[in-house]
Amino acid sequence: MRVSRVLLAGAASLTLVLTACTTDAPEGSPDADGGNGEENGALTPDAEWFDQAEFDAQIAQREITPEGPEDEPWMQAIEPEYIDTSEFAIDDPEDATVCFSNASVSNPWRVTGFITMEQQVEALVDEGRIGDFRSSDAADDDNQQISDIQAFVDSGDCDAIIISPSTTATLTPAVETACESGVPVIVFDRGVNSDCMVTFIHPIGGYAYGADAADFLVEELEPGSTVLALRILPGVDVLEHRWAAAQQIFGDSELEVLGFEFTEGDGAAIKDLVSQHLQRGDVDGIWMDAGDGAVAGLEAFEDAGQPYPVIAGEDELSFMRKWEEEELTAIAPVYSNFQWRTPVIAAGMILAGEEVPAEWILPQDPIREDELDDYLDRNSDMPSLHYAKFGGEDLPGFPEAWTDR
Amino acid sequence: MTVETRPSGGRSGELLSLLRSGTGTVTVLLVLIFVVIATQNPSFFEGPPLMAFAKKAAPLVILAIGQYLVIVSGEFDLSVGSLVGAQVVIAARLIDGEEAMTFPVIGLMLLFGLLVGLVNGLVTTLLKVPSIITTLGTMLILFGAVRYWTGGAPTGALSEGFRVFGRHGLEGVPVLGQLPWALVIAVIAAVGAILLMRSPFGRSLMATGDNDTAAAFSGVRVWRVRTLAFVGSSLMATVAAVLIGGFAGVTAQVGQGLEFTAITAVVLGGVVLGGGRGTVVAAVLGALTVEALFTLFNQLYLPSTIQPTAQGLIIIAAVAYASRRGDLRLPERLRRRPAHPTEQPLDSSRR
Repeated sequence: MRVSRVLLAGAASLTLVLTACTTDAPEGSPDADGGNGEENGALTPDAEWFDQAEFDAQIAQREITPEGPEDEPWMQAIEPEYIDTSEFAIDDPEDATVCFSNASVSNPWRVTGFITMEQQVEALVDEGRIGDFRSSDAADDDNQQISDIQAFVDSGDCDAIIISPSTTATLTPAVETACESGVPVIVFDRGVNSDCMVTFIHPIGGYAYGADAADFLVEELEPGSTVLALRILPGVDVLEHRWAAAQQIFGDSELEVLGFEFTEGDGAAIKDLVSQHLQRGDVDGIWMDAGDGAVAGLEAFEDAGQPYPVIAGEDELSFMRKWEEEELTAIAPVYSNFQWRTPVIAAGMILAGEEVPAEWILPQDPIREDELDDYLDRNSDMPSLHYAKFGGEDLPGFPEAWTDR
Repeated sequence: MTVETRPSGGRSGELLSLLRSGTGTVTVLLVLIFVVIATQNPSFFEGPPLMAFAKKAAPLVILAIGQYLVIVSGEFDLSVGSLVGAQVVIAARLIDGEEAMTFPVIGLMLLFGLLVGLVNGLVTTLLKVPSIITTLGTMLILFGAVRYWTGGAPTGALSEGFRVFGRHGLEGVPVLGQLPWALVIAVIAAVGAILLMRSPFGRSLMATGDNDTAAAFSGVRVWRVRTLAFVGSSLMATVAAVLIGGFAGVTAQVGQGLEFTAITAVVLGGVVLGGGRGTVVAAVLGALTVEALFTLFNQLYLPSTIQPTAQGLIIIAAVAYASRRGDLRLPERLRRRPAHPTEQPLDSSRR
């Protein structure tokens, strides 16, 4: 009996701890002093997450025409510096094993991307560019991913290792271990603090994303209009960079930022928060660091009987379909989902000894109103949590692989 | 018999016990939070904002009622958050925007809820797996199964007919503007639960939570009563899923962490973990308090990163305050134990 009592007390404290976990900030989140009202300095980017030089570089890269085939954005690169990979060339690429350590498939963006990657692998295997593909999923756990990478190295079966790191600093030594094993290493999406890999593949980046969204709001809204920022969660670099860029741009504008809210991308939370802001006054614009739940935010305006805001969502189809139906003033910033194709293609190129860019910066163009119908048309059979710029239309298994997920 | 821990001395007696129990504390807390909200946002108590609050709070109230049934019988149900998520995803996939599918799918969801509740209940009572393990297992199974089934990204869409319950209401009501269906459903669920707890079944449930050995000796079929409590919880989670899905549509994150919010609400209402004490009203007030707290944090522009900390502190403070006043006395069976050493061996067979 006493034991069960202790168990219950333990469960009760566990309850509290876990309640906290579900909404708590991950490590490395900025100090609470950021506040979330304008009076608390919401328009000064947090120094930890803002790098002026990188910001300027990304803003400039948006305007640069990438090199590469025009209709294959996943093969394009912005200002590439090609490096020789002949030391990694092997005689029988059709038997080569490519290993992929994935951070997770814990959100629809990653799910969409991973499907595209698997279909790309099928195409490469058919062409005899690679032989076998193995993947491991770390479920957002750094330790798991470190041991996944170690296992690939220890097995000795991998002819190339692709890594999509779950976090930057923690995964750096694991990536270096993989490099030391002598096989070519390809890192994509989030980066690591090392340049030992053969190529690092990523779209332009978070600053460009946040700036695309913020610039649009500044252009479309009258000076003095109010903007509400909806963020997923703090402490994740790609998301923090988006917000830092927006803070920079809003700070130089005449717009009034009402504040920012963390939503975890949960529709119910978004709808509730937006409703509460609407009770207190007008909201003319919505800036989001990712489009998850954008539709729920718009419904809060519908239910409150207020006109739709000018909104920056993402190329997620539920949002884009709403955009078309309601003829919103909107933009869909894009964190290029087609980047999931590039690493496996790069692996094939490296194993064939072909040159690849040392830093392979993929284009990252937002979808604007004039392209909306085209992208909706192309993705008409796709589920609503699919990303319009997934770039897999020419791959085997299209469209079933993406529709029957 | 220990059923008497809950005074049943007529209407005035119940009213008195209501104020004396944890219900008193949570009521004070709720009023306090509402007062602070009112100072921040005086228009909060005009009809429409209040109804918006009710619409948002209704699913948690319903979940808390379900959780109450299980907790009062001496068990836990950790599976409700995953169940809500699973139900919304299943609904979206099966309805896929077809109006005609709305009610068949809601029927199917209720059947699925019934099944999950039965499994939770029977595994806990007949296989003697502690409920915290059983429902933790169910939670993971449902979470994983939905992930597997959908590949991480829910597909399909809910019909407008489905969304009516969580999103719309009776329009044109004087003062209130709109009377949300969600509020109506939550009130029906609360009244139903209050009546249920006054029925013989409710008394058996309470007795089971207080001391299942004694309850068994006095003729309560403990396994059946507890299983039904789990079924009740899962059905309530299904109703909550209809409301939550209706409120905000389908996202991949729907339902995450709700089980802990629901347990928090019930605990805050002064329903003792371990069973045998507490009222439905307290659980409902607990749920409203948690939602009001979220609203308050938002009104105060409290950084969202610090909100869970504030939430935790307030909960601990409230429960500590209540127990210091003696509101949350230890359940009868614990205080009595030294006088009945022979109860020990019998009791250890529990669960």
